[in-house]
Amino acid sequence: MMRTSIFSLFALLLFFSLGSLAQSDIPQVTIKTLDGKPFSTSEITNDGKPVILSFWALWCKPCQKELDAFNENYADWQDETGVKIYAVSIDDSRSTARVMPMVNGKAWEFEVLLDPNSDLKRAMNVNMIPHTFLLNGEGKIVSQHTAYFEGAEFELFDKVKKIAGIE
Amino acid sequence: MRKLWIVLFLLAFTSLEAQDFLDKAQINGSFQVDGQFYQPDDALGITDSLIGGRKLGLNGFGNITYTLGKFSAGMRYEAFLTPLAGFDPLQEGNGFPYLWASYQTDFVGVTVGNFYEQFGNGLILRSYEEWTLGYDNSLNGMRVILRPSAGITIKGVYGTQRYFWQQYENGNRGIVRGLDAEVDLNQTIKGWESAAVRVFVGASGVSKYQKDNDPLYNLPENVGAWAGRVNLSAGKFNFATEYAYKINDPSALNNFIYHEGQAVLSSLSYSQPGLGVVLQLKRVDNFSYKSDRRVNGNAVDINFIPPINRTHSYSLAARYPYATQPNGEMGLQFQLNYKIPKGTALGGKYGTGIAVNFSQVNDIVRNPINDTTAVNTSGTLGYTSDFFKVSDSVFFRDFNIEIEKKINSKWKAVIQYMNLHYDIATIEGHAGEPAVKAHIGVLDLTHKFSSRKSLRMELQGLFTEQDEGDWAAAVLEYAIAPRWFFNVADQYNYGHPEADKKNHYYTVSMGYLKESTRVALTYGRQSEGVVCVGGVCRQVPASSGLTITVSTNF
Repeated sequence: MMRTSIFSLFALLLFFSLGSLAQSDIPQVTIKTLDGKPFSTSEITNDGKPVILSFWALWCKPCQKELDAFNENYADWQDETGVKIYAVSIDDSRSTARVMPMVNGKAWEFEVLLDPNSDLKRAMNVNMIPHTFLLNGEGKIVSQHTAYFEGAEFELFDKVKKIAGIE
Repeated sequence: MRKLWIVLFLLAFTSLEAQDFLDKAQINGSFQVDGQFYQPDDALGITDSLIGGRKLGLNGFGNITYTLGKFSAGMRYEAFLTPLAGFDPLQEGNGFPYLWASYQTDFVGVTVGNFYEQFGNGLILRSYEEWTLGYDNSLNGMRVILRPSAGITIKGVYGTQRYFWQQYENGNRGIVRGLDAEVDLNQTIKGWESAAVRVFVGASGVSKYQKDNDPLYNLPENVGAWAGRVNLSAGKFNFATEYAYKINDPSALNNFIYHEGQAVLSSLSYSQPGLGVVLQLKRVDNFSYKSDRRVNGNAVDINFIPPINRTHSYSLAARYPYATQPNGEMGLQFQLNYKIPKGTALGGKYGTGIAVNFSQVNDIVRNPINDTTAVNTSGTLGYTSDFFKVSDSVFFRDFNIEIEKKINSKWKAVIQYMNLHYDIATIEGHAGEPAVKAHIGVLDLTHKFSSRKSLRMELQGLFTEQDEGDWAAAVLEYAIAPRWFFNVADQYNYGHPEADKKNHYYTVSMGYLKESTRVALTYGRQSEGVVCVGGVCRQVPASSGLTITVSTNF
């Protein structure tokens, strides 16, 4: 009985909110910086320029290939569009200690955050990784994709250019 | 329960116009369904009667989150009808195991219903969910998080844990209560704001209550555990440690001994752009902590003891994964990451990445409590153990080295070598079998035809005298980024000691991706093995048939 009423409530909410589906904000969740400091997702901003938010983990090879590809192009992408990349590691306590040495070892230049109990992953409804979100200047999610294959970074960058107003 | 929901809804809406309820709200969600059609396969020993009418397994979920300003609520529906092969039969069922509502401001956060939480490293409390394993120990109760001033976080939780589909009633399992505080000293102590050393400290306490109905033993009904942690960072160095203690907690898993529990996890790292080094140490002594002392399997764990070895991604390298031994283990891990700079002889045009990793886990030493009682006798203190002594019995050793190299604009390569010692008798419960000693090699090549079309080739070999002998594996994957992929793979157990078990495990798969929707089809054989994610493992039986996965997110 209770479950049915909750379900109908959600069905109603879903129906009335359809108009706002395309443009969501990032949910407010407190995760961590690489050195363990609390980090609120409301701090994910870029002065009106686009943001790429990518979920990854040490055990996920395609994730690292995608981030390596981002890193290779990052300087050029920033020059052209001012885009900022945040890579959120969902490694749990079995491997969080290895994230910082690995990130430095790979010389990644973007910001890396830790989500050790998958709080942000859950709040953003990420099922599998790699899962990458693209946010516009107002912080709204404009596009997202899962999986990485060689060359997918160029399609993403085309979208970044579009929302940055550069064709 | 229902009243709480109403109160939270009212709280959220009192200051809002009716129109906001519709316009400013956001709905997000995700869905996934994994289906498998099983077919008999004589070579793998899968017969019609073994499948027993369960020709189709379906695991699916749908997740919806509603957010309106500081208020949010969500639910997840799950259906395992029937569960995929290898999942716990108790998983069979359907319903809403995850229902919650929460109100969050910068100062306070309140959640009612089901939630996931972790204190520190999770040594005394962690609730989490891992879909691919069917693992979910969510707490059903209440959580309050306070941030009284910058740098201070206090969390309080209480509730009961999920045990598959069995509702909590009449104390059929324990109740969990916990408190955690974390302080960033640099933000809270005057004059420390810009100190060169950053210090966090944290402390937590957890207690579980379960009635003692045991006819034989007088069991503790309240089992308390506490933990303290420190994180120090100075420039390129970082040191973190956590110690946890638990009072005696006789359970099915520790053979009902009254030994106390201890766990410690430490890490020291140094890193700068291009170089990272980390050393980790761990000791676990009788630290299984479950909200039902009778449960033996992967369920109702209150805490999480992380295995600290590397989790491998390539299939043969991941064939013998380590799982934490909660009754006792001592381990260490070392990892070095180095990027040979661009423009040097070895670095070439793009630089070369090197990762070296070593880990070893041994048993702890257990001494009898007196001359007449055998170690681990039920109803006794069990044993005594010297904190610093390491047993000669090696559970696991893994030395691996990985080189990543972009050769030119068309070719990329990953090469990996791994040397493994795996105590299969202890880790997988194959009593009496000798430890597996294996050499494993991986070559992963990617060739780019154009900016969007690429072919990935994977060659792997696993060489061992033990268990099922030698394996070879090959994968070919053609991808048209970002939409399509086609994959053919084979694992060949050519070294199996029994001639009629030298099987090929071939698969053919294809997938289509658009935005966050992924549809994948795989036809072929799955070899028997262990799937581990985040420290928990599940035995997967050999199977043959068609697998479909559809996953989306909005």
